[in-house]
Amino acid sequence: MTEWTKHNLLDIQNLTKEEIELILNTAKSFKEVSSRDVKKVPALRGKTVALLFFENSTRTRVSFELAAKRLSADIISISASGSSLSKGESILDTAKNIEAMNVSAVVVRHSTSGVPKILAEHLEPSVINAGDGCRAHPTQALLDMFTIREKLGRIEAIEVGIVGDILHSRVARSNIWGLTKLGAKVTVCGPSTLMPVEVEKLGVKVSYDIDEVIKQSDVLMVLRIQKERQQDNFLPSIREYAKHFGINKERLKFAKKNLLIMHPGPTNRGVELSAEVADGEYSVILDQVTNGVAVRMAILYLLLGTKETIEEKQTL
Amino acid sequence: MSLLIKNAKIVNADKEAQNLQDILIEKGVIIKIAPSINTTDVPILDIKGKRALPGLIDLHVHLREPGREDKETIESGSRAAVKGGFTTVFCMPNTNPVIDNCMIVESIIKEAKRVGLVNVVPIGAITRGLKGEELVDMFEMKQAGCFALSDDGKCVSNARVMKLALQYAQMAQILLIQHAEDHALAAEGVMHEGYYSTLLGLKPQPGLAETVMIARDIELAHYLKTRIHFAHVSLKRSVELIKIAKSQGIQVTAEACPHHFSLTDEAVKSFDTNLKVNPPLRSREDVEAIKQALKDGILDCISTDHAPHTPEDKEAGFDLAPFGMIGLETAVGLVCSELVQQKILSWPQVAQKMSQRSAEIMGLKTKGEIKEGMDGDLTVIDAEKEWEFKKEMIASKSKNSPFIGRKFKGCVEATICGGKIVYENQVV
Repeated sequence: MTEWTKHNLLDIQNLTKEEIELILNTAKSFKEVSSRDVKKVPALRGKTVALLFFENSTRTRVSFELAAKRLSADIISISASGSSLSKGESILDTAKNIEAMNVSAVVVRHSTSGVPKILAEHLEPSVINAGDGCRAHPTQALLDMFTIREKLGRIEAIEVGIVGDILHSRVARSNIWGLTKLGAKVTVCGPSTLMPVEVEKLGVKVSYDIDEVIKQSDVLMVLRIQKERQQDNFLPSIREYAKHFGINKERLKFAKKNLLIMHPGPTNRGVELSAEVADGEYSVILDQVTNGVAVRMAILYLLLGTKETIEEKQTL
Repeated sequence: MSLLIKNAKIVNADKEAQNLQDILIEKGVIIKIAPSINTTDVPILDIKGKRALPGLIDLHVHLREPGREDKETIESGSRAAVKGGFTTVFCMPNTNPVIDNCMIVESIIKEAKRVGLVNVVPIGAITRGLKGEELVDMFEMKQAGCFALSDDGKCVSNARVMKLALQYAQMAQILLIQHAEDHALAAEGVMHEGYYSTLLGLKPQPGLAETVMIARDIELAHYLKTRIHFAHVSLKRSVELIKIAKSQGIQVTAEACPHHFSLTDEAVKSFDTNLKVNPPLRSREDVEAIKQALKDGILDCISTDHAPHTPEDKEAGFDLAPFGMIGLETAVGLVCSELVQQKILSWPQVAQKMSQRSAEIMGLKTKGEIKEGMDGDLTVIDAEKEWEFKKEMIASKSKNSPFIGRKFKGCVEATICGGKIVYENQVV
């Protein structure tokens, strides 16, 4: 079995297929912990995890928080508003200050691509990327892959359609890396103005025909459409987007029977997904949220668990 | 100042001398060039067969004074210039306050004289406060000492303002330099739009932002039958447009920067903000086209776009960090390594791109050539010497260079400005 050797989790691009599988397998055993009455194991007792969110987030931050708590780690959480982060202190200064408090890991989200990588180059504690710019959101991709594997039993050779604002999506980029590494066929679909140039070179097909993509897909990953994209003229209107790319019941008539509909949240109901579909039979959106905690537990555990704690876990 | 340079291998834009010569400079002017000059009462510099080029001229530097003296001053910038082999630098007007009136022009020239290392020539703004709205008093700027005007860092976006500026500048006989960038198309992009911007998820700036503006200004120059100079040309397509313009007799000239012929957008993978420049680093195809255009003469000269920034400013992450890298002290190393050793440029072409043509574009009649009667500005280069660019050796106040740690072959050995030795390499 593969051994975990990495000190940081910065993106999916630099993980091997085996490492991805190790995370997913580890997450499987942690999912069981979350279903117990006492949802806590002592694996990371005495470790401190700092959550450093330079960009607003509720879902990802809470998921990390819960994951760390269920592993018995201590948590400090700093978000952009109301801290020195918004007062012009340099990113590195802030991170160095956190490091000086002897934390074991820094979970970082930032609106600029590359910031977690730069922090990892300068900090001793493990750095976990909780989303950087439009570049990477590795834990989201891992929880998506976990959910697909759980529901469909495999990832190899399945057809995945990623639909929406590909240009600005770190979720899309991380999933493209992960899914293609595990052998899935990925098609990206969305308005041409929101398609990054030369995206085919990442190993995906591009389609502008949502009905075609729905028909062929085993999994549809639907991305959030930001309202600002209309103001920036990327879209004529949100209404037009909803009509031409929105997923609704009517469109799903030609879908495969076991289709999974996923969304990283938060959803814009009535825009990229109709409410009916978001709550409907194909939707696994809430499973994603549940699995997110297990996957993040696995990541924290693999990065921070010592030899002793690993042995401890085996006797759980 | 007087100086006798012994045993120089003189390189001019038209030829490289086969035999070694002595060069006698008196009162700052070259008065005699001969195989052997013997005189007793002047200091002697024996360069032992190394190449002597006409003093290098940089049409594009940012010296940050007044306003951001924490990044660079005229003094520290002058030191960086002489270390890089430059004897004349043209400094851009995006200072605070902006160089848009004669008083600031005069104060910069005065401070440069006090420092007394290189010729510093301020480039004035085209429009007041670089706002792109009202023209500066061009006659007065010229009288104060400007040879050219530019809204560098910003582009004169309004086509009517640019048309009127070109018309007026033609009458005032002052050169306009355009930083060609359509701001709407650039859309605050931080790197070149292409595979790597997709890969890295950084805000893309399409090459169109440069080419659309170059095309527009070529049309303006054509219509007005006047001239224009393009700063830091970075794209294959821009080169094609300039080539067409030149072939039709339109009076355009253009420069390229060392980083645009040495680095591609792939380098941004490191997220080193010292690689964030404007125009951004381009594709491999563009880099090759820039080299070829320098060789073919489509691009006239090499300038550095030396842009100092503090580490605090550069540490803000790729989106927020300011554009620019320092370039004065690596220009010769990069030209030697990337162009001369790769057989793209001959030594006379180096003298042309880094001195003669630059002088010609600016109308400096006594610079750009090693000849009797010309100014005593020379740059001595050891083409064989290997060296490493180390942070601690940087003379510029700022250290924002992606080339730190890089090894070069080809080194500035001495810089002579107006007959005065302003720099001598002490490293053996």
